[in-house]
Amino acid sequence: MNLNEIIRRLSGKMAGIAGCGGLGSNCAMALARCGIGKIIIADFDTIDHSNLNRQYFFLDQLGKKKVLALEENIKKVVPSCVVEPHDIKLEPVDVLRLFGNCDVIIEAFDSSSEKAMIIETVLAEYPDIPIISGLGLAGYGNTNDISVEKHGNLYICGDRRSEVDEDNPPLAPRVNIVANMQANVAIDLLLKME
Amino acid sequence: MKITLNNREEHFDVDAMSVSDLIIEKNFTFKLLVTKINDKLVKKEERDKTMIKDGDKVTVLHMVSGG
Repeated sequence: MNLNEIIRRLSGKMAGIAGCGGLGSNCAMALARCGIGKIIIADFDTIDHSNLNRQYFFLDQLGKKKVLALEENIKKVVPSCVVEPHDIKLEPVDVLRLFGNCDVIIEAFDSSSEKAMIIETVLAEYPDIPIISGLGLAGYGNTNDISVEKHGNLYICGDRRSEVDEDNPPLAPRVNIVANMQANVAIDLLLKME
Repeated sequence: MKITLNNREEHFDVDAMSVSDLIIEKNFTFKLLVTKINDKLVKKEERDKTMIKDGDKVTVLHMVSGG
């Protein structure tokens, strides 16, 4: 498919991204650059200096709400991309309300309990919407351990075991690999849809 | 019985087992898991009474933090 055709087809598609940290901010930028029509983003957090080692934000955005800063950054690169920001800590009811019409949902949370919440909610309530999750991205090296696993409509990107802790922090390269892998799976699915 | 666990074939010397039994048997140690049988979600509170049968396609995922 040539680039114009890709952009034309993606312009009618909508992605929901839950979480705007390392995974969400980088995945959103990748989807916008490919030409996706609309992105719904949700996060309750503000930008901290410690986020800048991996998240798509800038020094002059410290203290800002992540959803608003991400909207700003997407618009600076792709003004035509429609961004719908929601400054909210997502609960199951919000997942259904905000993401129910999305063509694809990206799980981009940090905490394991929130990851479980959105995966279970989408599998139970919207089994037909593909959900792409990022699991296992801490530390550095071991690039070849990162892969995509398909479980029905649930896609897992990551090494599925590297948990973030004191000695295994999240760093830009592996976080970005997984975020862009999520975007790549999403684009592939979206271009196969009607 | 023969099942597919996380896209790999596995054999067990029993005819049926609960999802909770499988979690113990295969040593899934994380506190937070997502489980599915034949692409249908099995909620945590249903794992004790939900039985896995021969030929089932089972998914057990560790919820690994980081993002």
